[in-house]
Amino acid sequence: MTILVIAEHNNNTLAPASLNCMSAALQLAQQADCAIDILVAGNDCDEVLQSCSKINGVSRVLSANSDSLKHHLAENMADQVVTLASGYSHVLAPATTFGKNFMPRAAALLDVAQISEISAVVSSDTFIRPIYAGNALVKLQSSDSVKMITVRTTAFESAETGQGSATIEEIEAVADCGLSEFVQQLISESERPELTSAKIIISGGRGLKNGQNFDLLYAVADKLSAAVGASRAAVDAGYVPNDYQVGQTGKVVAPDLYIAVGISGAIQHLAGMKDSKVIVAINTDSEAPIFQVADYGLVADLFDILPELSEALG
Amino acid sequence: MKVLVGVKRVLDPQVKARVKADGSGMDLTNAKMSMNPFDENAVEEALRLKEAGVVDEIVTVSVGPVKAQDSLRQSLAMGADRSIHILTENELEPLAIAKILKTQVEKEAPGLVLVGKQAIDDDSNQTGQMLSALLDWSQSTFTSKLELTKESATTTREIDGGLETITIKMPAVITVDLRLNEPRYATLPNVMKARQKPMEKIKLEDLSLDVSARLTILETRESETRSAGVIVNNVAELVDKLKNEAGVI
Ligand SMILES: Cc1cc2nc3c(=O)[nH]c(=O)nc-3n(C[C@H](O)[C@H](O)[C@H](O)COP(=O)(O)OP(=O)(O)OC[C@H]3O[C@@H](n4cnc5c(N)ncnc54)[C@H](O)[C@@H]3O)c2cc1C
Ligand SMILES: Nc1ncnc2c1ncn2[C@@H]1O[C@H](COP(=O)(O)O)[C@@H](O)[C@H]1O
Repeated sequence: MTILVIAEHNNNTLAPASLNCMSAALQLAQQADCAIDILVAGNDCDEVLQSCSKINGVSRVLSANSDSLKHHLAENMADQVVTLASGYSHVLAPATTFGKNFMPRAAALLDVAQISEISAVVSSDTFIRPIYAGNALVKLQSSDSVKMITVRTTAFESAETGQGSATIEEIEAVADCGLSEFVQQLISESERPELTSAKIIISGGRGLKNGQNFDLLYAVADKLSAAVGASRAAVDAGYVPNDYQVGQTGKVVAPDLYIAVGISGAIQHLAGMKDSKVIVAINTDSEAPIFQVADYGLVADLFDILPELSEALG
Repeated sequence: MKVLVGVKRVLDPQVKARVKADGSGMDLTNAKMSMNPFDENAVEEALRLKEAGVVDEIVTVSVGPVKAQDSLRQSLAMGADRSIHILTENELEPLAIAKILKTQVEKEAPGLVLVGKQAIDDDSNQTGQMLSALLDWSQSTFTSKLELTKESATTTREIDGGLETITIKMPAVITVDLRLNEPRYATLPNVMKARQKPMEKIKLEDLSLDVSARLTILETRESETRSAGVIVNNVAELVDKLKNEAGVI
């Protein structure tokens, strides 16, 4: 039995989500007493390969290096995973838009189930995952020969790196199946920390009233070295880009501190942030559901509070 | 071009989900149910493609209990042309749903399948990708923009880092995100009209497919709930608590 982890990366750097996924793999490896290989599928990923070889607990880094894998198109990625899967007991990828795109496709080609977004490993065939926007947790047991799993990154610590010395092996990359073609990516550039790995997040909702007012939030964010998030309402209204969205259908985050500003606290928003260690809510409506999950609530107008907060944080 | 749209009936998104006291599953007795919100976007997109003259027929398909017909009726009231209901009382896994939908794709030969990016009950986010794989078609997931020609589609996908544009060959399976469009409401006259629209009813057994479960649910439990903390009076108090009590700043 060996576990295969699919590394998420952009051909240059390894995504932090890969390390969370690796943690889940390490827990599994302990349960099942087996080794872990990592697949780096991409084009000219030397640095990524080096990073992977240093992760503690990895045996082999498999490099599938080809233009066909450069943009991680789902069809080619799934084909690549399928060529390897029969040699593995488990295949793990992070439950990010990267992993969610090709893992179910690969699972269907292998005629096995996919287990989405596990939040805990119980044993080598039993896992826990959230359903109904995280309101319930199911414990489920898989009878498939290869267990295809995506990992909720906030539920697992980052695996340690530095002590590993895995071998790097070239494997044959799949040919482009020609079904889809990459056109472009518009990646939001930001000096601030990335949402899913930030220690502190401050998020704004419809209460901010427009995009300009997010400047008030950015001022506080910068004092705290925080990432900035948003509710769906704020994204839909065009205040901020889609990749800011926290929630059932956006990103799931679990920072040490989450500050919700002008956000009512709909079930779908809570689904994305209720595992944060400390939650602060700032809202004029004392009845807003966000206060039911907040450790510290401030019933006040955000337009007064944000400048004061920025000031107080010096 | 004909479009097939997958429609699932789920617990209404405004309703808080409850777990049965004995941990054997979700308690849905008398709960308000709705069409999966993403599937409303999928139906809406099909309607817009039809209005733009790119699509000439919209067929909606739902796998589920008799009540799944409510969601199909809603899709017909929104403007779909006809529906197919595959009857089963069992909760099926996405792989099984994909296999069932595949039989209908083979029968109907659509040029495009639209499904939601995820069902808000199981939050699986799998069915579209799996169906696409089984058909050996191209796929576009998390789609928030769609431009369609006969041979190809150019789509914008919502990814974690921002937006991605790809071009996919037709036929294709496209899974849709909420920002693709704003679904219309069914007007009363259209609700009446929908009653006359054709609904084909198929028993799952008659498809002779292997839809056996690969996963056994051992337990369902409510996730830990947080309790409300304290209300602070001003910014100074908040900052003090965050520094000295919680130690997070
Ligand atoms: C299928 C589905 C998926 C969804 N997925 C997500 C998701 O992933 N993430 C998400 O966030 N939502 C999601 N939603 C939407 C969700 O249901 C809510 O509509 C949304 O979260 C509301 O955003 P909001 O709290 O910013 O807006 P509102 O609910 O309008 O709340 C605004 C809040 O601001 C407060 N306010 C107004 N002015 C001020 C002021 N001056 N000072 C202080 N407070 C003020 C108000 O009291 C109010 O509580 C989803 C919905 C569906 C149906
Ligand atoms: N029982 C079903 N009947 C019809 N379509 C379904 C069914 N289950 C899932 N789908 C479609 O697949 C999408 C994704 O579902 P899921 O993979 O379960 O998250 C849904 O939004 C529907 O469009």
